[in-house]
Amino acid sequence: MAEKTRSIWVFGDYRNYFQNRVTLQLLSRATDLAQKIDAEVCAVVFGHEVDEWVGEYIAHGAKKVFVTDHPMLKSYSTDLYVALMERLALTYDPEIILVGATSFGREFAPRVSKRLKTGLTADCVGLDMNEEGLLVQTAPAFGGNVLARIVTPGRRPQMATVRPGTFQEIPHNYEAAGEIVRVPLPANLPRDRVRLISSERQPPREQKIEDAAVVVCGGRGMGSRKKFRNLYDLARILGGEVGATRPVVYSKWAEEEALVGQADKHIQPKVLLSFGISGAIQHTAGITNADFIIAVNKNPNAAMMKMADVAIVADANQVCTAFIRELKRRIRS
Amino acid sequence: MLKMIVCMKQVPMVTELPWDTGTGSLKRDLAEGMMNPACKHALEAALRLKAEHDGHITAITMGPPMAEEVLREAIAMGADRCLMLSDRKMAGADTLVTSYTLARAIEIFCPDFDLILCGCHTSDSETAQVGPQLAEELDIPVIAYAEHVQLGDGSITIRRVSDNFLETLEMDMPGLITLTTHNYVPRYTPLAGLQDAFDEPNILIVSADDLGLDEAMTGIQGSPTRILDVFSPTAEKKNIVLTGAPKKIVEELFERFDDRIGSVIRKDLKVDRQSHG
Repeated sequence: MAEKTRSIWVFGDYRNYFQNRVTLQLLSRATDLAQKIDAEVCAVVFGHEVDEWVGEYIAHGAKKVFVTDHPMLKSYSTDLYVALMERLALTYDPEIILVGATSFGREFAPRVSKRLKTGLTADCVGLDMNEEGLLVQTAPAFGGNVLARIVTPGRRPQMATVRPGTFQEIPHNYEAAGEIVRVPLPANLPRDRVRLISSERQPPREQKIEDAAVVVCGGRGMGSRKKFRNLYDLARILGGEVGATRPVVYSKWAEEEALVGQADKHIQPKVLLSFGISGAIQHTAGITNADFIIAVNKNPNAAMMKMADVAIVADANQVCTAFIRELKRRIRS
Repeated sequence: MLKMIVCMKQVPMVTELPWDTGTGSLKRDLAEGMMNPACKHALEAALRLKAEHDGHITAITMGPPMAEEVLREAIAMGADRCLMLSDRKMAGADTLVTSYTLARAIEIFCPDFDLILCGCHTSDSETAQVGPQLAEELDIPVIAYAEHVQLGDGSITIRRVSDNFLETLEMDMPGLITLTTHNYVPRYTPLAGLQDAFDEPNILIVSADDLGLDEAMTGIQGSPTRILDVFSPTAEKKNIVLTGAPKKIVEELFERFDDRIGSVIRKDLKVDRQSHG
């Protein structure tokens, strides 16, 4: 008898397809991981009239898609989706199940893991395979101040929810072939104990600095109020927000709303650009959740430069101007 | 009578944390504790339901003996009685095992509950998993990230924001909800209440044996997940230093990190674009 094919599953979370590409990002990462353990990448899609998403997932790397398509599944339902996932997993025995850490994914995945009596790691920011073929899941704790690497040695599947934006999707390929496995709705599905009364798309909130993916922070090292304005140009091109240190606000180069620090706004951007900031603790306590920090300062020994991923030793305003020019050139090209 | 259970966790107050590098776990006895913020909002929601509907609140926590502090605080805020699950055998539990342990305690000490309220996540381990897993263990429905709660007849109506949708949901009871910190700002805890809580706390201490826990599903031994190691991401940073003329530096920055920056601002920043698919 041929050895059974191992598989890595990605839950198809399509509800916010255009804003939230986490499923595609996970298919990309699953493709890398699958090569290391010789496994097949599968997507799992529940819903009604979902063929569009099935096609998208195949185009983004799924070799097989399990689909249950039924009017009863039209809106996301934890009770029903958990029951469907449990049955599928018990039938096909996947090695790994990955779920995007969306609001729904965070409600859905824990229940699935409980049903399957297996471990689940929350909100991962890294996934890899180790030499024993175990999924090494890197998860943040204490507001991202600490990362833990976690494995599930003795149970299967290995399950993780993954923070959106952690991995890059692979470019779509509509020529890609994939097998579609249509799974009928089971006859004895449990009753849904939660009823959706109403659902409306939330009006887009004005972007707050606390939620911005890109923040451009400036300090006194920018040189003058006029030069500080350059940071607003840079932030606009990046689709980000401007933050400021206390001395800058006291000098009236920036509004008080822009204050970032221990007693002020706490930010968590994916990219933080820090210009002319020395890095007093009162400021840096507000930026501990920034993923990737680029700091510019004339003083290479400034605290801000030591905590940066990239420390640029130069005049802050000159780098800001060069940054804007280079960004415009690259966006145009 | 609306019978409610509020699950709560004591979390460390400090951000500079003492780690046991051997086991990769936190030396909790060295850190000062507080009630996890979202748990406190859950308790506040329960207290407001109690005020409107003649309710009864049992607060439950699991942790080392010092975690009893959060139960005393819960009593001071208005909880009626408390269960303290504390036993060395329970130590090191992951979320799967924690939810199993909580479920056994609830089945024994408050089986006729109507509603369980939890915080949506804790500020220390941040998994947000125990609430949904506890619901699964008890085979009751769950709504996570509730922002507003209204009691109906045999059901409860919840408003929440879920993945950019404003949702109104109705859930059968008994059920479980997890609360965000958006609403239900916790009340001020009066000193008089704290005094009572310290004089005769209605706190029942419960051991693993009291719960008849299956050892294969208890504590670190029963937990399917294993922590390999714990590290500080700031210590892991490469700290690349770039020097020279600003124009050259910026060019080098984009050569090396165009993907990283481009993926965040959703623009292709490569100069030589390759055509895809």
